[in-house]
Amino acid sequence: MNTQWETVIGLEIHAQLATKSKIFSGASTAYGAEPNSQACAVDLGLPGVLPVLNEEAVRMAVIFGMAIEAHIAPYSVFARKNYFYPDLPKGYQISQMELPIVGVGHLDIEVDGANKRIGITRAHLEEDAGKSLHGSFHGLTGIDLNRAGTPLLEIVSEPDMRSAKEAVAYMKTMHELVRYLGICDGNMQEGSFRCDANVSVRPKGQKEFGTRAELKNINSFKFVEKAINHEVERQIELIESGGTVVQETRLYDSVKDETRSMRSKEEANDYRYFPDPDLLPVLIDEDFKTQIKAQLPELPQAKKQRFKEDYALDEESATILTSSRPLADYFETVVKESGCEAKMCANWVTGDLLAALNKADLDITDSPLSHQRLAGLLKRISDDTISGKIAKQVFEELWQSTATADEVIEAKGLKQITDTGAIEAIIDKIIADNQDQVEQYRSGKDKVFGFFVGQVMKEMQGKANPGEVNKMLKAKLQ
Amino acid sequence: MHNKTIAELAKGLRSGEFSSVELTSAFLDRIKQHKVLNAYVTVTEDRALQQAKAADARLATGDAELLTGIPIAQKDIFCTEGVKTTCGSLMLDNFIAPYNATVIDKFNNAGAIMLGKLNMDEFAMGSSNETSYYGVVKNPWDINAVPGGSSGGSAAAVAARLAVCATGTDTGGSIRQPAAHCGITGLKPTYGRVSRYGMIAYASSLDQGGPMTRNAEDAAILLQTMAGFDDKDSTSVDAPVPDYMAGLTNSLEGLKIGLPKEFFGEGLNSEVAAVLEAAINEYRKLGATVTEISMPSLKLAIPAYYVIAPAECSANLSRFDGVRFGYRCENPADLTDLYTRSRGEGFGKEVKRRILMGTYALSAGYYDAYYIKAQKVRRLISEDFKRALSEVDVIMGPVAPSTAFGIGEKIGNPIEMYLSDIYTIAINLAGVPAMSIPAGFVSGLPVGLQLIGNYFSEARLLNISHQYQQVTDWHQQIPKGFE
Repeated sequence: MNTQWETVIGLEIHAQLATKSKIFSGASTAYGAEPNSQACAVDLGLPGVLPVLNEEAVRMAVIFGMAIEAHIAPYSVFARKNYFYPDLPKGYQISQMELPIVGVGHLDIEVDGANKRIGITRAHLEEDAGKSLHGSFHGLTGIDLNRAGTPLLEIVSEPDMRSAKEAVAYMKTMHELVRYLGICDGNMQEGSFRCDANVSVRPKGQKEFGTRAELKNINSFKFVEKAINHEVERQIELIESGGTVVQETRLYDSVKDETRSMRSKEEANDYRYFPDPDLLPVLIDEDFKTQIKAQLPELPQAKKQRFKEDYALDEESATILTSSRPLADYFETVVKESGCEAKMCANWVTGDLLAALNKADLDITDSPLSHQRLAGLLKRISDDTISGKIAKQVFEELWQSTATADEVIEAKGLKQITDTGAIEAIIDKIIADNQDQVEQYRSGKDKVFGFFVGQVMKEMQGKANPGEVNKMLKAKLQ
Repeated sequence: MHNKTIAELAKGLRSGEFSSVELTSAFLDRIKQHKVLNAYVTVTEDRALQQAKAADARLATGDAELLTGIPIAQKDIFCTEGVKTTCGSLMLDNFIAPYNATVIDKFNNAGAIMLGKLNMDEFAMGSSNETSYYGVVKNPWDINAVPGGSSGGSAAAVAARLAVCATGTDTGGSIRQPAAHCGITGLKPTYGRVSRYGMIAYASSLDQGGPMTRNAEDAAILLQTMAGFDDKDSTSVDAPVPDYMAGLTNSLEGLKIGLPKEFFGEGLNSEVAAVLEAAINEYRKLGATVTEISMPSLKLAIPAYYVIAPAECSANLSRFDGVRFGYRCENPADLTDLYTRSRGEGFGKEVKRRILMGTYALSAGYYDAYYIKAQKVRRLISEDFKRALSEVDVIMGPVAPSTAFGIGEKIGNPIEMYLSDIYTIAINLAGVPAMSIPAGFVSGLPVGLQLIGNYFSEARLLNISHQYQQVTDWHQQIPKGFE
């Protein structure tokens, strides 16, 4: 039944820019402070105050524009968006309307192994509002203006997505990109990265778009998918039962897992945008763009491609390692410092290290194991000082301490024995002590070979070079 | 000593003829004596005397500035830390500003004494000071006449010697028109010359603070302190501030004066026209040449202004919502009630009229027809000024069509009231500087001559004014009862 319908989705993403101070004042943007302790006269909208643009926010918007290969407006204008709300101190939000700083660009996403290019209509700078706090005020509403004036980049996509899955892929790719660029911390719990979705359906093959509903404030990847799917179902059911979709704003309720109407088009505010006379137009010249271009980091997709080519990594490892810039940097530093085969470095980083980080709920940037120390460990594996198995043991030690691999190997006497004389002596002893098993082996029970390896390793506390042990055992048991 | 100029007072303070405390006390006494004018909303007596003591101490060290110890008064539109800042409105009747406007900081740093805060039209919207919540200010030359507006308290206080000098702000003529009606000197600087930080906004792209003084020399001294780039105001201009005193005595030989024929046509009172003609003749005697010019876009200034200014004010005044500061209605039933009653009760009629006009002009479907069109007109007006001022050094004309009108005469007719700013509004739209200087009297009421210069030509305008004041004594006339 549903197959005859096509879903059309466009996303508006609000990325909070990682500036130290607010977009139009010197107050701090740090999250979680006492209510109203980070709101200065300008943020409070006191009579007579004036906004002054934070250049860092402009720089970040331009970085973003370049990353999505967009047109950077040489002349962009801040406008006032007028509406009354208690957490909007001035009665208007400073945003950009007719002349946004970032024009048409695009973002490539990957869904089920296939690439798709999603158009980006525009991205503009604006200030965030404060927060209304309900409850614990004796039935009154409290206002916290700490967030008021926090810089946001609103990124508006074309209605190019055709499924909730694509929308999630787009949102994830965008999330990765802004963190890569260092312009947004991407913290979705704190609201640093949130999205509104414009959703409509149309019969397959129809050119015109259906009437859309705007789903507000979706704050996780999971909810984007759920909210869109629910909305699509709602719209299809509505149309199939003879109704019509009305243009409206709907709120996604993650608890009840449903969307409900917030306001219809008729109830929508007339925001009466006009250029803010307190701010000069933002002029961006070629010099500024050249300067930014030079600082532009390698983007996730290019990095992934390079990892696959230069390090001969498989798709999965390359994807994991390039999922965040600090992780990719960590990996590359380990490769460089250890001089080891990239594949092995990748296995250690994506395997043991990430597992340990996940378990401790830590980010790579907070890893207790530095890249120098991990590289030190890998070096000892590749030069056969220790075996892979012993290395796991050393890794545990390194994770718990601040010692180097060499210090741990030395202190614990974990150095691999490659002295063939010592190994040979042990092998001879084991063979002599286990004649039954020798018989079995010689009569064709190959499985018993493992027993001998185990015995030798046990005798040598795992420090024997396994290759050497295998080789010598085979020769002796012939 | 209340009749002395700033330069004379500075000399007296240094020679020990009188102290700042004595001078300040004298002005505080005069303010009490002449309460009938209603020029002040707030008199900051204790603070003023404290500042005067500090000024005397600073004067004694020899490390004083020209304004150190000089009692001045501030239009109640400038935020003053710890002092009620009302903007002439019930909306801010309870508002004690927690910070100083940049201009106030500058005067404090110079050691000037603040006598108090001056009455004004509510949120600077008015041409007669009749829209003030604190009541109309009376014109010292005729207490049945308005002082002009919106800086009516400033003009009346300076004319009546209730302050040595004062600040004003000018969005469409609010410094020049009251200066003309009260017979004082007023200067609206180039847009961006004086910081707007802490100056409560009416129409941000037009508002400009400036000096209101007894003569051009005092205006130069005040502007010297007020002018300059402010990193808290993005629209302030980062250009060096010249020495406004240096060129005051320059000769006017060869000065090219342009008289726009649009300024001298129908609507201008003929007696006022005669006074202006006489003033221009004085300039001829000083060596100036006079040519008639045409600025056809001037007639579009009023309609353009009454779209742009209300549009900006409709947003600027949204912050007065009863939530964080200012007037809040009693027992609001819900949020909408809080907004509508706080704003409905807290704002006066003229302010509400302009908020509504501006809201309408910005509404969907009307924006292009009104706001965009008005901006185009504004550009035409700027072009007209640029062209005219490339041909002449200064444009001269009337400040207002008539002398001060009677209290209550025009307040019921907004259109007629708006037309009283017909000669001043275009200057704000273009952003150029302009002055009003006393040029004579009609039936005992002062007439102002307007001088308009090119961008950042304040020093030249002050020079042109000063030279005229060297050969005339209109600026030295004192209204009866205020000698």
